[in-house]
Amino acid sequence: MLFETILTYPATPEIFLLGMTCIVLLADLFIKQQEKKITYWLSQFALVGTAVLVLLLYNVPSTLLFNGSFIWDKTAALMQFAIVAINFFILIYAREYIRERKIPQGEYYLLSLFSVLGMLVLVSAYSLLTLYLGLELLSLPLYAMVALQRDSTECAEAAMKYFVTGALASGMLLYGLSMFYGATQSLNITEIAQVTSNLSSGQELMLIFGLVFIIAGVVFKLGAAPFHMWVPDVYQGAPTSVTLFVGTAPKIAALAMVVRLLIEGTPALVHQWQEVLILIAVLSIALGNVVAIVQSNLKRMLSYSAIAHVGYMSLGLLAATPDGYASALFYMLAYALMSLGAFGMLVLLSKSGAEVDKIGDLRGLNTRNPWLAFMLLLVMFSMAGIPPMVGFFAKLGVLEALIGAHMVWLATFALVFAIIGAYYYLNVVKVMYFEEPEIQYPIVNRPIINVAISVNCLMVLWLGMFPSGLIDLCRAAFAM
Amino acid sequence: MISLSAYLILSAIVFGLGLAGIVINRKNVIILLMCVELLLLAVNTNFVAFSHYFHDIAGQVFVFFILTVAAAEAAIGLAILIVLFRGRKTIDVDKLNTLKG
Repeated sequence: MLFETILTYPATPEIFLLGMTCIVLLADLFIKQQEKKITYWLSQFALVGTAVLVLLLYNVPSTLLFNGSFIWDKTAALMQFAIVAINFFILIYAREYIRERKIPQGEYYLLSLFSVLGMLVLVSAYSLLTLYLGLELLSLPLYAMVALQRDSTECAEAAMKYFVTGALASGMLLYGLSMFYGATQSLNITEIAQVTSNLSSGQELMLIFGLVFIIAGVVFKLGAAPFHMWVPDVYQGAPTSVTLFVGTAPKIAALAMVVRLLIEGTPALVHQWQEVLILIAVLSIALGNVVAIVQSNLKRMLSYSAIAHVGYMSLGLLAATPDGYASALFYMLAYALMSLGAFGMLVLLSKSGAEVDKIGDLRGLNTRNPWLAFMLLLVMFSMAGIPPMVGFFAKLGVLEALIGAHMVWLATFALVFAIIGAYYYLNVVKVMYFEEPEIQYPIVNRPIINVAISVNCLMVLWLGMFPSGLIDLCRAAFAM
Repeated sequence: MISLSAYLILSAIVFGLGLAGIVINRKNVIILLMCVELLLLAVNTNFVAFSHYFHDIAGQVFVFFILTVAAAEAAIGLAILIVLFRGRKTIDVDKLNTLKG
């Protein structure tokens, strides 16, 4: 009886993860261990357990908990599962990298677990207070993780930039939230949505004023233009194992924030935020795709590509239809998977102290390890949006939603820049396959890591060939 | 009785000062951290003022949470600052320029 109650209580995954994280913290501190084996396996157990709990809860109907400040619905379930699953892979990839570079291992696992907890809370947040707490719990460990390699001055610089822009973003977001509170007299998203449906003009002015700050804060966190300055610096400066973390799961959580604040919180102001999102999407797509072309650093190139991808994702949001939201969610999940594959590959290729972060470092990868080269080819094709990879269906869904909302000019614009963007992805493929390697020795990985990266990259192909399952899940998340 | 708008104007000015400080400041990273605190204090003023005028306690509860989080944030910021200073012996904002392109 008690067991059944626990398994159907929608906050169980978060509570379990919190408990496990505290256990990992104590275990890491008090048990003598070689190479942090116990910490690693306990962290993985925490993630797997959380994922299983989320799956068990999937069919529980939408409920509000804690006086309406915490929600359980299909959106939350899907995003939480994706976040936890992605982090499972991240820990597998990162383990050897951080061990070789003497980055504190226990701290890496712990901070990532705390950050995951923050993401789960953010995804399920349904009042401004929970949302803020989730966001901070997500960001604070990230700042520390970027600075984790203490002997590197680049890391410290990236961490400082990330910290200042991140703090500025939360300041802006909070200012917007305070305006929302002032206009609606409530912190609860359900009540805010009710109040905003019939507003007096004074209230509306105040809400729009707050909305501008909220969008600015959210766009900072998503890393879209015009608030993208931190993205390239942090991606390049952070250790690749941390870039892997920053560039995947937090994006999904940031999308959740957009969903809760704009789509569910202020559906009455749709015309206002739609206009701002159009501007953001256009800027991000253009800037991301054009600037990425001239980059020689692979991590920096991928960061500009991240900016462009966030732009494409917001195309789905600004269509402002349930189908559009579903396509945006699909895009974000697909992007997180691709980005996990790309950065994961960089982590795996960086062997024995040598960093692989220039595009030239991939030269002749095909002769050194044909299988890994093929896996990276799948990811690059997917990012460029070539069928039958998942990236193609993600772009297709977003463009379809745009055309459904009668914004053909925007769809055309996005398509043109998708073609421009294909250049730098294909350039990576060219370097891998048609250029001679500078170093000849083959790349050997532990079998488990090879299995993980193969599963990851083949998922990109598999979801591209059979996308309907994931599309249905995304539609169910926004079923009205 | 001080009107609500007076508080809002005050907090807007403080917020603007914090924002301007972050954007304009070219000297010192510690000033950046102080400006971030200013932003949060402006928000707190807003929340407390609204909370008082609505007779609704939720805003003041929010302020407590912001204060706590701000303390944690400052701790992390200063820790990163120390790592930065150890590495380069300077905390000039202008010298934070190895990463660009």
